[in-house]
Amino acid sequence: MGIEQKLGNLGISTLTLDQAVKWARTNSMWPMLFGLACCAIEMMSAQASNFDMSRFGMELMRASPRQSDLMIVAGRVSRKMAPVLRRLYDQMPDPKWVIAMGDCASCSGVFNNYALAQGVDEIVPVDVYVAGCPPRPEALIHGIITLHEKVRSRDQTGRSDHGKELAEREQQMITGARGA
Amino acid sequence: MDAKLQPAVDALTGRLNVEPVEFRDQVSLLVQPDQIVSAAQILRDEFQFDMLTFLTAVDYWPELAPRFHIVYMLYSVPHNANLSLRVPLEGNAPHLPTLEGVYPNANWYEREVWDMFGVRFDGHSDLRRILMPADWQGHPLRKDYPLGYEEVQFTFNAEEIDLRKPYARE
Repeated sequence: MGIEQKLGNLGISTLTLDQAVKWARTNSMWPMLFGLACCAIEMMSAQASNFDMSRFGMELMRASPRQSDLMIVAGRVSRKMAPVLRRLYDQMPDPKWVIAMGDCASCSGVFNNYALAQGVDEIVPVDVYVAGCPPRPEALIHGIITLHEKVRSRDQTGRSDHGKELAEREQQMITGARGA
Repeated sequence: MDAKLQPAVDALTGRLNVEPVEFRDQVSLLVQPDQIVSAAQILRDEFQFDMLTFLTAVDYWPELAPRFHIVYMLYSVPHNANLSLRVPLEGNAPHLPTLEGVYPNANWYEREVWDMFGVRFDGHSDLRRILMPADWQGHPLRKDYPLGYEEVQFTFNAEEIDLRKPYARE
C-alpha cells in the first residue's frame, strides 16, 4: 500500500555511528517552549498546520528544559529574565543548541535601553540568529534547517567545519569591503 | 471647571495650602508634601472620591526647579468626576508621606515610583523595588539616568566592536 511495499524488505542497512547520531539529533530535535514576546506567535504559527514544523521532526515542544535539545529564544529578554534564561539553559542536557529568534533576541532590535539584554548571546551561546521583526514562520524554519546543517557538519571532535567555513567567508567579505 | 468639582476644590483651598490649576478642562491641585494625606482624606470622606485611579511621578529636570511632581488621580464613582493632586518635590533625597492608609492600592504604585524615580514614601509598609531586579543600581526613569548604548556594528568596525562584546560561554 505505502512505500513499504515498493521498497520491499530492506533487511539490514549499514551506516557509520556518526551518521546515525547526526540523523537522530537532527530528525528528533525537541525544542523548549520559550515564548517571550510577539515572536512566540510566529513560532506557534510555524508549528501549526500551515507551516507544520513537524515535517522536520520538531513537533514536540517540551515544557521542561531537562527534556529538550533546542532553546528557541522567541522574543526580547529583559535583564530581570536573563538569569532565569541562563538557568534554564544550564538545566538542558548536552548536546544543546540555541536559536535567537528575531531582532530582539539577536541584538535587542529597536530596544536600545537599560531594561533589556542587548542580545541573548550575552547570556547563552547562540548557534543561529534569525532576522526579522518578527520573523515569518518560513524564516524560523529556515533557521532550523540551517541549525540542522550545522549539526550535520560538526565532526565528532565537536569542531564545526560549517561554522569555520562561514567565518572564513565572512572574513573574506569584510576584507573585500575594506579593499573596495 | 466642572460644577461637580467646585465644592471639593473650594473646601480644599479653604482648609489647606493648595493651589488649583486648570489645563484643558482637567483640574489639578498643587498640594504640599506634608498635606497630601489630609487632602486625600478630606476628598475621600467628604466628597466621595472613593478610588485612586493611579499614582505616578513626572521628572521635569532640568526645566523646572522642584524637579519631581508626584501625581495622584482620584475618581469619584457617585459623581463621575476626576480630580488630580500634584505634589512638587525637590530632587535631593525626595520623600513624602505614604497614601497607603487612605487608599490601600497606593502600595504597589508607590513601590513603582520608588523603583523608577527614587522617591521615598515615609511610613510605607513594604517599600521594595517592584519592576527592576532587587540588586539594581539607580532609578531608571530619572531624566539624568544614563540610557545605555549598544554600539552599532558596520563592516569597517565589526571586528573591533566584536572583541568588546560580552559573549556568553557554554
